[in-house]
Amino acid sequence: MPERFEIGERVRARADDPRGHCRLPRYVRGHVGTVVAHHGVSVVPDRGATTHPGDPETVYAVCFDAQELWGVSDHTVTIELWQSYLEPR
Amino acid sequence: MSGDHVDEAGSPARRARAIEQLLEGVGVVSGVELDEFLDRLPATSSPANGTRIVARAWTDPAFRRRLLDDANSAIRELGYSGDGPSVVLRVVENTDEIHNVVVCTLCSCYPLALLGPSPSWYKSEAYRSRVVRDPRGVLAEFNFDVSPDLAIRVWDANADTRYLVIPKRPSGTEHLSEDDLAKIVTRRGLIGTAPL
Repeated sequence: MPERFEIGERVRARADDPRGHCRLPRYVRGHVGTVVAHHGVSVVPDRGATTHPGDPETVYAVCFDAQELWGVSDHTVTIELWQSYLEPR
Repeated sequence: MSGDHVDEAGSPARRARAIEQLLEGVGVVSGVELDEFLDRLPATSSPANGTRIVARAWTDPAFRRRLLDDANSAIRELGYSGDGPSVVLRVVENTDEIHNVVVCTLCSCYPLALLGPSPSWYKSEAYRSRVVRDPRGVLAEFNFDVSPDLAIRVWDANADTRYLVIPKRPSGTEHLSEDDLAKIVTRRGLIGTAPL
């Protein structure tokens, strides 16, 4: 899957709640952050242990402001997220 | 946070044994290979690796730069290979403006090769769920009051990236050798839950 997001681009973590294993933590779902780095390419863990793991995807380090996530505090949280967990803002 | 790793189907040890038997049964890994790995782990993976990397970064500005830019390559200069070729090591540096702290909210991803087995609090749901929301409060519970002047950056190691923090070099250590500097670096300092 070709790389979709540039460093500096604003992205939204998907808000839906898929069945089964998923490595998109609830605390970022639906929230907007900024891509700060590309961290390699790997199989999406939701499908990694299945017989159809699918194509590997770019993993992005996405930085979220605490205000966006929690409505309080001034820190940031940066987390790696697979491309299909993200959509353009 | 997921509580799926403990269920009534059996203890984690029992489940691990069942998985091991399955993997051996289909030929993914042998018992001998597992034993070799487990023997090798405590012999080579220790916080002493992380402390040595930090001491070198403090004393060698060019190495520090390479470490911040491409840690996987830089640590090879010191003979370390990290947690494997597919794992990205990212080194983040504490400064006069920034304090970094590391967590893995969904499980307990940790730079095992450079820091050894993780401390039990790192794996606790309390630490994992709270440090992303209230890092100042959690660090205060570690008796670490982060100055309000410092911006806090939390790193959630959610994929194949492992994080290592370069703590701020304490003042008054200018005369220390690299070996002696390594001795003042602590495991908690390398995770970001303590100053030095």
